[in-house]
Amino acid sequence: MRMLARKLPFYLVTFVIAITIDFFIPRLMPGNALDALLAKAGSQMGSPQALHALERLYGVHNPASLPQQYLHFWAQLAHGNLGISTSSYPTPVTSVIATALPWTLGLVGIATVISFVLGTLLGTLVAWRRGSWLDNLLPVTTFFQAAPYFFLAFLAIEVFAVVLGWFPYGLGQNQLDYATGFAPAHVADILDHAVLPAVTIVVASAAGWIVGMRNQMLTTMDEDYVLLAQAKGLPKRRVIWYAARNAILPSVSGLSLAIGFVISGSLLTEIVFAYPGIGFVLYQAVVNHDAPLMQGIFLIITLAVLAANLIADFVYLILDPRTRQEA
Amino acid sequence: MAISLNEPAGPGLAAAGPAVTRPRRRRRVTLPRSPKVLVGLGLLALFVLIAIVGPLVAPYNPSADLAASGVPQAPSAAHLLGTTQTQQDVLSQILAGGRSTLLVSFLAGAVATVISVLVGVSAGYLGGLTDDLLSMLANIFLVMPALPLLIVIFGFLPGSSNDLLIGAIIALTGWAWGARVLRAQTLSLRGRDYVESARLIGERPARIIAAEIVPNLLPIIASSFLFTVLYGVGTYTAIAYLGLVNIDPHWSWGGMLFWAQSVNAQVSGYWWWYIPPGLAVALLGTSLALINFGIDEFINPRLRAAGLSRRQARRAGAPARFRLGLTPVVRPPAGSRDGAA
Repeated sequence: MRMLARKLPFYLVTFVIAITIDFFIPRLMPGNALDALLAKAGSQMGSPQALHALERLYGVHNPASLPQQYLHFWAQLAHGNLGISTSSYPTPVTSVIATALPWTLGLVGIATVISFVLGTLLGTLVAWRRGSWLDNLLPVTTFFQAAPYFFLAFLAIEVFAVVLGWFPYGLGQNQLDYATGFAPAHVADILDHAVLPAVTIVVASAAGWIVGMRNQMLTTMDEDYVLLAQAKGLPKRRVIWYAARNAILPSVSGLSLAIGFVISGSLLTEIVFAYPGIGFVLYQAVVNHDAPLMQGIFLIITLAVLAANLIADFVYLILDPRTRQEA
Repeated sequence: MAISLNEPAGPGLAAAGPAVTRPRRRRRVTLPRSPKVLVGLGLLALFVLIAIVGPLVAPYNPSADLAASGVPQAPSAAHLLGTTQTQQDVLSQILAGGRSTLLVSFLAGAVATVISVLVGVSAGYLGGLTDDLLSMLANIFLVMPALPLLIVIFGFLPGSSNDLLIGAIIALTGWAWGARVLRAQTLSLRGRDYVESARLIGERPARIIAAEIVPNLLPIIASSFLFTVLYGVGTYTAIAYLGLVNIDPHWSWGGMLFWAQSVNAQVSGYWWWYIPPGLAVALLGTSLALINFGIDEFINPRLRAAGLSRRQARRAGAPARFRLGLTPVVRPPAGSRDGAA
């Protein structure tokens, strides 16, 4: 528990810094870039008052001092107010995000778990059978990892949706299907639309887990206790299990680096598939120069990544008894 | 920070003895010459060549609309990789786009490596409060999702075509991993005997870091450099794909994907438009990762043995099935190792 108590302040500080960066980015920009952006926002909203409010939000023509503006920024956040989206004026940013978030959580969350489990299992297998043909898997997975997620998504659409016609491309559900909730046909439709994006994310992100697990497994397999387990004549599956459950620890603690990467990649995948999640909304915000929406999404994603890291810490605590003994 | 590897012996040392000639043992540092590394180096050389001469040998102006037709043309003799919606030549765009892509990613890698060496080595060597603060900084940058942050930054700074600026901004989000790895390794080096004795002699910390610690970190620095360049390739491609930097006269492979996406080339079957830039990025990334495998095997011999195929292992006299607790290491035949022996 002491470990968690030590970690919590870190996450708090990180979140405060993320918000502070979010506050300062518009203020550090060259004036003409900000002016151009505000001019576009003004023409979208068609309301001089709204433009004036937005200018003040970014410190233009704002009589308040910088510390006052900063405190005001925090006060707005504390009230859950992320501003108003300029491209879908006058919808608040929070409700734009609220409609998109469940899609992303479902797709990216499930795909990431599948990728982690699959990659770790494959990595264990590759390490256990080192020197066999399975080693050839590594350069192949490296290629998939190095390829941009969205390029793989392009290929997936071309092959499986256009040429073979197995899956629908684009959108999260059939637009003509007005069924809602958990009607079986509706759920099936949603799953059908999720297959291609999910497979893209799994294929692109599994390579990292495979390589990490393999390298750690190779080191663990040379440990004395694994040799002893083998010498005792334990069944091979038990020996692998003993080695693997120690080798997996760095993979779990490495989640913090990976989650950010995977989420960034998934956002791009959503864009190619026009999947109605956070990534696609972010893309539209970029295309429409909708600054408040971009900033709001950055904050939400940061919060999600920090939460995911906290969960990874919890899991580590459960998996590794040494961290519990310290307390 | 200038790191000189062949720093001459300190003046104090030279003055003390009459003629202390230290025979410099030149240890040849060679990467394991596995097929993986060779393929990686070859591919990378090809891409560097494209970056240097590509824009000069491009058959057409990549931005010129060559005809009025609004339908992308499939590859033909006149256009080896076909044309885009506005009849621009895809091959010319590939050739022109390599330079910016490589320049930005290598710049990002170089800047990020300098930051990570500075932060990682000082945190590891100095310890104490400095370490706590620098580690915290690195961890914060590690946890913060980089791409959304870059999108916000470039969202406020749209249409930049300054490769230096783009590379530096990407580097700001990509240095933390290298710093963490370097700090851990510095911590382990700091307690070694040779560092301890250098400190007892009274060497200044700056000299110990530059002459004793950093040379022994070089493989890790190289690996983290390649890793960051790889990150730069992916990130720059993503930023350009989103249209956040200048993508028309300032061609990059990510920018090509932006234009392809803008008319849904993946749905319309215009594969010649989006496969070349995507493949180029993927192969460039693969070449960097393959070289990195070689460096990993250089650092950790266990991985090296694992890279042997059964045939190679049998030829080297190792058992065909690797056993637990035994890492076969292949040595060249006896006698050829040291000429003097």
